Amino acid sequence: MNLKETLIKYNDSPTFWKKSKKGLYIFLGITVVADFIVPHEHKIFFWDSIPGFWSMYGALSTFLMIVVSKAIGHAWLMKPEDYYD
Amino acid sequence: MIDWVQPSILFFLGAAIVPFVKGKARSALLLSIPAIALLTMVVSSQGMHGVINFIGYELVFGRVDKLSLGFGSVFMVSAFASLVFALHVKDVREHIASLLYVGSATGAVFAGDLFSFFMFWEMASFASVFLIWLRGEEQSSAAGMRYLLVHIVGGLFLFGGIVLHVGSGGGLAFTEMPKEGLASTLMLLGFLINAAVPPLHAWLADAYPEATITGIIFLSVFTTKTAIYAMIRGFPGLPILVVLGAIMAVYGVMYAVNENNCQRVWCYHLISQNGYMVTGIGLGSELGLNSAASLAYTNIIYKALLMMGISSVTYMTGRRKQSELGGLFRTMPWTFVFFVVGGCAIAGVPPLLGFVSKSIVVTVAGEMNQGWVILMLVFGACGTWLHPLKLIYMVFMGEDKKIPASDPPENMLWGMRILAAICVVFGVFPGLLYGLLPYEMDYKPYTMAHLVKSFQYMGFTLLIFIIFLKKLTPENYISLDTDYIYRKATAGFVWVAHRFAFLRNIT
Repeated sequence: MNLKETLIKYNDSPTFWKKSKKGLYIFLGITVVADFIVPHEHKIFFWDSIPGFWSMYGALSTFLMIVVSKAIGHAWLMKPEDYYD
Repeated sequence: MIDWVQPSILFFLGAAIVPFVKGKARSALLLSIPAIALLTMVVSSQGMHGVINFIGYELVFGRVDKLSLGFGSVFMVSAFASLVFALHVKDVREHIASLLYVGSATGAVFAGDLFSFFMFWEMASFASVFLIWLRGEEQSSAAGMRYLLVHIVGGLFLFGGIVLHVGSGGGLAFTEMPKEGLASTLMLLGFLINAAVPPLHAWLADAYPEATITGIIFLSVFTTKTAIYAMIRGFPGLPILVVLGAIMAVYGVMYAVNENNCQRVWCYHLISQNGYMVTGIGLGSELGLNSAASLAYTNIIYKALLMMGISSVTYMTGRRKQSELGGLFRTMPWTFVFFVVGGCAIAGVPPLLGFVSKSIVVTVAGEMNQGWVILMLVFGACGTWLHPLKLIYMVFMGEDKKIPASDPPENMLWGMRILAAICVVFGVFPGLLYGLLPYEMDYKPYTMAHLVKSFQYMGFTLLIFIIFLKKLTPENYISLDTDYIYRKATAGFVWVAHRFAFLRNIT
């Protein structure tokens, strides 16, 4: 089977994306739990002692990036495409 | 016996010969140039070569040390893959421009004195603008002109700095510059413009997307990375670079959110990536400079791969806006696969190339107790992952817009194949990368703590991406940036000139 057919088969199968999403949630859970188990050698900053800190920080960063950029864009920076013409 | 060949000579010779050969011979010529140049670098001995006395000054055309060899050899690998990608291009002027451009940038890397460095630096600016103009559209000629003007200004800063530096007895050798003084400030300004450090960055996102389909691949590598090289050489450990770099890392990913043009998304993404290198240079320890060099080397590889992906899409479909693309994995499956490899590599998904290079600068910031730098860089890293996700989804998946397309010609696929292979091999064997760095490297990327941290922020970035997918729907707008000042200033100048038109009648 060639690459194209394989990709289309997975994408169009009704269960593939559902299963993938479930897999992602389980994976996210594991990464947070792993923080309780994996030893951190260097505790320099306060966040080095908070398990799951980078999960929260990653989610918050991405959320802020999207919301703030869109807000500034709509309020100020985004212009029609022929703006400079 | 010649013990050293300045690689730029090979490229300039090639540029002179290439109009006279056609077909297979031209392909062979184009590819042999970076291959031979790489070979001469591998066998060359470290030290000073090509020293010429010129009106009492010593010009050094071949400073061969670990730093110049590292940049030089990665430049050659990238040039090889980019030339493979561009082999189908019929217009010989494009090949001439890219050879002159690559040759000049590589020449600058090996230049040991400020004068010959400046000469190569300017030649690179002038050669590269043709890669924009040769697109042949009205927009590209205007954008190319703005690009050239910005780089002329940057070049003047650099030249002014060099003259002051040499005039005040600083010597012509290009080594670490004094951290203070007008001469250093001017030189640094010249470097900052070419490294696209905000607010001096707008030329990059303005001009690169207007370049030719294959020209943008070369452009995305050589100008900014030569500037990064120059800063490693001239201004290691300059504190302000830490601040500028951290701002840059955040600025680029923020701007990329609203951008509709895929190539421009990558341009802002590139600015953000350069921010990590600038931060590393500013931190300045041996590991910090290693981090900047390793980021530059790896970015050259995966950013070119990602640019090739979008260029392939534009070449096959004639479209480059996210709002006009979608569902292409059905018709361009191999391009899709290479694009995913590049996207995962730049984001630092193990075991790809980014994972072994991106965290070093964060480690250095930790060693130096710069907590806020770490927070800003990881914020940027979330964006570095968000934007590949977005483009993979908007261009190749998402709504199937039934765009007629197929994978690009075989040479373009090979260009991507080479870089994708490097992303995997160097990611799995990081020692290969670390061997190219200017200082000894004792760094182990594959630790449990590092894996867990990376999976955490990347996993949750993916989660937020899925939740906010609707909000990320591309919109048909452009975003104002600091180029507003000079794009609108011309209109202001004309307005003022008209007000003073009466002066003509006085005489």
